[in-house]
Amino acid sequence: MTAVPLGIPRRLVEVSLDGRPVRVPEGATLLDACRAAGKDVPTLCQGDTLRPKNACRVCVVEVEGSRTLVPACSRRAEPGMEVRTDGERVRHSRRLVLELLASSVDLSTTPGAAGWIEEYGARPDRFGPDAARVTEEPRVDNELYVRDYAKCILCYKCVDACGEQWQNTFAISVCGRGFDARIAVEHDAPLPESACVYCGNCVEVCPTGALAFRSEFDMRAAGTWDETAQTVTTTVCAYCGVGCNLTLHVQDNEIVKVTSPHDNPVTHGNLCIKGRFGYQHVQNRD
Amino acid sequence: MKEPRTDGRTGAGRTPRTDVPAGTGQTPRTDGRTGRRGRGRAPQPYTRLTHPLVRDARDEPFRRAGWDEALDRVARELARARGAFGMFSCARATNEMNYVAQKFARVVMGTNNVDSCNRTCHAPSVAGLSAAFGSGGGTSSYEEIEHTDVILMWGSNARFAHPIFFQHVLKGIRGGARMYAVDPRRTSTAEWAESWLGLDVGTDIPLAHAIGREIIHAGLVNEAFVARATSGFEEYRALVEPWTLSLAQKVTGVPARAIRELAHAYARAERAQLCWTLGITEHHNGTDNVRALINLSLLTGHVGRYGAGLQPLRGQNNVQGGGDMGAIPNRLPGFQDILDPVAREKFESAWGAPVEPHYGLNLTEMFEAMEEGTLRAVYCIGENPAQSEADSEQALRRLRALDFLVVQDIFLTLTAEQAHVVLPATAGWAETEGTTTNSERRVQRVRRAVVPPGEAREDIDILCDLAARLGHQWKYADAEAVWNELRSLSPDHHGMTYARLEEHQGIQWPCPSPDRLEPGFLHGRLWESDPGLRGRRAPFGIVRHDPPVDLTDDAYPIRLTTGRRLDSYNTGVQSGGFASPLRRGEYIELSPEDAERYGVVVGERVQVASRRGAVVAPVWVDPALRPGLAFMTMHFPDEVDTNQLTIEANCPIAGTAEFKASAIRIDKLPVATVVR
Repeated sequence: MTAVPLGIPRRLVEVSLDGRPVRVPEGATLLDACRAAGKDVPTLCQGDTLRPKNACRVCVVEVEGSRTLVPACSRRAEPGMEVRTDGERVRHSRRLVLELLASSVDLSTTPGAAGWIEEYGARPDRFGPDAARVTEEPRVDNELYVRDYAKCILCYKCVDACGEQWQNTFAISVCGRGFDARIAVEHDAPLPESACVYCGNCVEVCPTGALAFRSEFDMRAAGTWDETAQTVTTTVCAYCGVGCNLTLHVQDNEIVKVTSPHDNPVTHGNLCIKGRFGYQHVQNRD
Repeated sequence: MKEPRTDGRTGAGRTPRTDVPAGTGQTPRTDGRTGRRGRGRAPQPYTRLTHPLVRDARDEPFRRAGWDEALDRVARELARARGAFGMFSCARATNEMNYVAQKFARVVMGTNNVDSCNRTCHAPSVAGLSAAFGSGGGTSSYEEIEHTDVILMWGSNARFAHPIFFQHVLKGIRGGARMYAVDPRRTSTAEWAESWLGLDVGTDIPLAHAIGREIIHAGLVNEAFVARATSGFEEYRALVEPWTLSLAQKVTGVPARAIRELAHAYARAERAQLCWTLGITEHHNGTDNVRALINLSLLTGHVGRYGAGLQPLRGQNNVQGGGDMGAIPNRLPGFQDILDPVAREKFESAWGAPVEPHYGLNLTEMFEAMEEGTLRAVYCIGENPAQSEADSEQALRRLRALDFLVVQDIFLTLTAEQAHVVLPATAGWAETEGTTTNSERRVQRVRRAVVPPGEAREDIDILCDLAARLGHQWKYADAEAVWNELRSLSPDHHGMTYARLEEHQGIQWPCPSPDRLEPGFLHGRLWESDPGLRGRRAPFGIVRHDPPVDLTDDAYPIRLTTGRRLDSYNTGVQSGGFASPLRRGEYIELSPEDAERYGVVVGERVQVASRRGAVVAPVWVDPALRPGLAFMTMHFPDEVDTNQLTIEANCPIAGTAEFKASAIRIDKLPVATVVR
């Protein structure tokens, strides 16, 4: 017996990516294989700390012998698979997904979206001015974070992070069907009347900025948010003795946002209300 | 449950807010699920200290001073106080700072009187674990709890007090582990339990002994482990023999069937983790409580294996590291005993100064020495004992009686307001470089992200400047230089270079080798087949039940226990700085039955009195409490100073006070001021 379990040995499986052989550990996804080979695959609903949800379909690739395109984020690599990541069928599908999403919600704060729209030649405005679109004012009902439904793509990452995969608070879920589906707390109440514990772990995984820290939201509204002027420093939380790693985003010597490294063995990207939001005391300078 | 309440570097709005009745504008919910719906009031937080403050006498106001004037004054006063000096180091500052602080006390001031707020929380865990295993750290890693079979959360509301640790517990539960919660309150941790054992406050030892007896009588003892790796089993068997399930039910209030089920689940598990927090340690016999729990792990062999171990959850970012760095009165850095002449000689030759060959005073004893007049000067770094000590009136009086008090902090806390000199420091976690050590013994890098305000200086810088004024020229280029000095003296830390800490996202001690990592759990040696490698046997702790000192009677019929809430921290100096939607101020939380008995309703302000003091607080009703049990926090001392009620009945071994058990009385105010 070894002191620490080593797990089951994992073999390497070989797949072909755009005609080139690639070897990845057994159990790896096609997305893992693409990234290991340096291929850029757009993703929205995929989260490195979450199980695949297959909601957005923007990461689809073509697998030889498969009738439909497959989501790279969840399909496991199998020996001998022949995968094409950049064919016209793939590009067409990604273009359509981006057009549908960008025509119905605001992707202006989605990292990478503008680049993908250009890369795939997506024209979200081609559905005309009457295309259905979520136009709702952001919900600002507490001092810590904001819900902006006009940016929500219903990827369910926040629901998974709040639910059984991490936080186990179950404050938010999906309600409604079809175009009326939305992420909500019970009775669609304001957050302070919900079960929310303000850990911000939903904000941590939100891919579009639909969930945003109040500090970031206010600074964006004021036009002062400038990521190029921010430093990013990882330190250790000063509250309890668990030792969560905090990544402090600092602009003009003010902490403007707190995240946590997703590969950290203590936090896996998760924090509690104190670590996520309890930084203000150091900058109450006068 | 609750955590140490010290540390100036923490905080809730301190300005008295008597003009704002608690709970204004919001009818508190009484569903008990949370009780956290009251709107947080606008915080009036502490602001940072930006320049040194001095005064000649305590009845004068502070005046702004330059660093030279302030440090000259401190140096002069400390030189005069040699032989009557105590250092309160900081469990929230870096390892490097704690190393320099204890070196300052030992080398510059020639005393081992150095301690920190670990005394108010987990000193019993350190004392109990080192008595059993020779090392004061928790034996397991967080990750192991995801792969264990049975989890005992004893006196720990980790769901609130250690939320990210509890995510690891939840992973374990989702993976099939069964969790048992032992706590007087049906906490949010207990909501996840297979079974909740709601024992009466202060009856942990009877419950543990009954579990031990049941394990023995059911034939579930790990006999090979007991025979090879432990000592004192026969004495332990005799000790627990009277604690039958029915007697335990009578004493603890827990049904015999539930005790039996827990005993069998724990003993039959392939791997089991036993976690505890301040519900175990903050008692007048805290170390005995810890020993009683450790006994269960010895009986069943649930220690020293992957997934099987003991995990005290520490309440402060560096309460583990502060002790590891020697900022405690009986250990040199690296947990090396001061009474060991070989260890002493190593430090004496490295430091070029003698180390006193006897133990110093711990925090509790230092406060007593203030009373006796044998401790005249205190250097307090980043702690707020005026609000964190049990029986806070007494602590404040003792601080005021000192000849000289220098406080180094980031805020003007109530403790700092008593000082002669206040030195503005940097915030350890965001404004300095260094390391801290967490509950799983993982040493992690702390980094400077923001520039400190005004003239605030780093703790190490200030300490070295003072040491120079007192004749000791210490040259540390940076925190890493301090760390490397520590590495050269502490074998357990030797392999942890800053580069490796960065590479591995922290390394757990022990780490003696610069090119190898040890397993994440301790005491695997107990399972070696070679007796030489197995080392010292782990003794069973022969500890007896001793009920709380502050007895309930007709005059004080309610048992008050204390704890933390999710969004607040200790004396609130730090957590008061952000607008938490969950915050609702201080309440005296009662069971629905008691609220009815005393005819009080939610929001009604009542007088809460113990044998030491009285406070006025609004009522909250929480169905998680049983009749006869009340709950308060210590997060809002400027509104309701809970520690006026608590008793300074201290653990004789570790010096921790019995914050968890006071006897109180609830009285309606003459004119009821019901706030709705």
